[in-house]
Amino acid sequence: MKVKLQHIAHSRSGDKGNTSNIMVIAYEPEFYPLLKVQLTAERFKAFYAGTVKGDVLRYEVDGIGALNFVAHGALGGGVSRSLCLDNYGKALSAAVLGFEIEVPDSLKGKLRGMQ
Amino acid sequence: MKDKIVRIGSGAAWWGDRVEPAILNADKGDLDYLCFETMAEATISAAQVRARRDPSFPGYDTYLDARISGVLPGCLKRGTKIITNQGWINPDAAAQRVVHWLRENGAKGVKVAAVNGSLITDRVLDLTSTILENGEPTSTLKPTLVSAEAYLGAEPIVEALKAGAQIVVTGRVADPSLFLAPMMYEFGWDPLDHIHLGAGNGIGHLLECGAQVTGGYFSDPGFKDVPEPWNLAFPIAEVSPDGSCVLSKVAGTGGAINLMTVKEQCLYEVHDPANYLTPDVVVDFTGIRLEQVGPDRVRVTGLTGKPRTPTLKVSIGCTEGYIGEDMFFYAGPGALRRAKLAKKILEERFKIVKLQAEDLRIDFLGVNAIHGEMSPTDGPEPYEVAVRVAARTKTKEEAIKVGREVDGMAVSGVAHTGKRVPHQDRFREIIGVWSSLVAREKVHPSINYFVS
Repeated sequence: MKVKLQHIAHSRSGDKGNTSNIMVIAYEPEFYPLLKVQLTAERFKAFYAGTVKGDVLRYEVDGIGALNFVAHGALGGGVSRSLCLDNYGKALSAAVLGFEIEVPDSLKGKLRGMQ
Repeated sequence: MKDKIVRIGSGAAWWGDRVEPAILNADKGDLDYLCFETMAEATISAAQVRARRDPSFPGYDTYLDARISGVLPGCLKRGTKIITNQGWINPDAAAQRVVHWLRENGAKGVKVAAVNGSLITDRVLDLTSTILENGEPTSTLKPTLVSAEAYLGAEPIVEALKAGAQIVVTGRVADPSLFLAPMMYEFGWDPLDHIHLGAGNGIGHLLECGAQVTGGYFSDPGFKDVPEPWNLAFPIAEVSPDGSCVLSKVAGTGGAINLMTVKEQCLYEVHDPANYLTPDVVVDFTGIRLEQVGPDRVRVTGLTGKPRTPTLKVSIGCTEGYIGEDMFFYAGPGALRRAKLAKKILEERFKIVKLQAEDLRIDFLGVNAIHGEMSPTDGPEPYEVAVRVAARTKTKEEAIKVGREVDGMAVSGVAHTGKRVPHQDRFREIIGVWSSLVAREKVHPSINYFVS
């Protein structure tokens, strides 16, 4: 089944200059391999197309089931000179929650926030 | 020594942070140290600009009085030491103001240290070569340079503590180093002991954003709920000599410390988790292990580090012109179509007044103002839309045109235009921040002492 990423992972963004780092953390250990395979740096960049202008690097922290995406050119030239209302990009991490991800039916009972 | 626990609490995560949780930590946190982080990247440069225009501005944290007067009663009662970067561009004046508040509280003979030396504005073009963000020579910044400061590490704070300071006020110090310093002092960690310093600075990283590890910047109804999110506490680390800790908070507060809050903060503003550069050490977060050991108590182990680099980061603030910005509103059926016409009108009017903008954005708040180009174009029709206009310009005169043309939308615009009466300046000066590196031996911290 396809679900929005928000049902299997949570996220947060941080800023440095014109770079935003957006981490995606699995709610359950079983979800982490799904993220690793399906949420590649290329797909992340395509998902944020137009908003993230530069390269995207992905780091993996297996011990806490987290992927850290470092998105260059994401903050309108930099926090200090950005014309974006959210110049720190603190709301940027919410977008990835809408990324569609394929989850085996066997894990349906573990999905978070499904009413 | 082996069983010694040092209790280090957060008092602020940035300049605008709430004061009440700091007072709560001072009164009820049973803290050995209370540490305040009150700066952002552009804080120093903005303070320099303000100081040039306003000779009465003392050059330190504008909330220093509220913070220090608020926490001193609790800290004096418990014997809690304070470490704070509220000194901004004038640590000496900030320390003297702290002395004033100590005397107000009847505390005599308390030693306050002011750590100077991070400001290198007059030497920065000689000491640095390349702008990290764009590879250009730093000399290109000469005409617009406002301020440059090197990020100091924990060492000068440790020196002040060794000299008997109970309160240490600094200028620019790397955020986690404010929290690392008391660990180095209490446990006798050597400045080159990268294993312990890596662990300690990793803990500092978890604390430096305050409530972001206790349930702030976290709650999401139905997915990540925390109790009483209006009643958040700032975190406390109960640090052991081996560089492990338990994160906790004052009982009876809202929010949460759990595996999720700690994981999110672990990577906040981190790029390569195996190589997080700080002045003291290169932190490696990749081996972190987290364990919920009680309600709102998470044990953190497995943090480590690698030897520090030979350079310090330098922030260079430069004047880069102005931003003009304003908003107006639509609601009801057809709100978006009216907003789109308003945008077209503004674009044409900016041509009429010959707006010289380096960049211009006319966004629809409620549609695409936050996530920009990636926002879906097939979303549901919004009931309300704000048209938000922003332009970056070289001069103030150009920036002012944005607000003036938005004024024009009141009677010369579109049907059903909601507009606020201009009640504040709709332009601001930009202090652009660039980064570079400086050889660490070229930066010389110095400490002045004041006694209440």
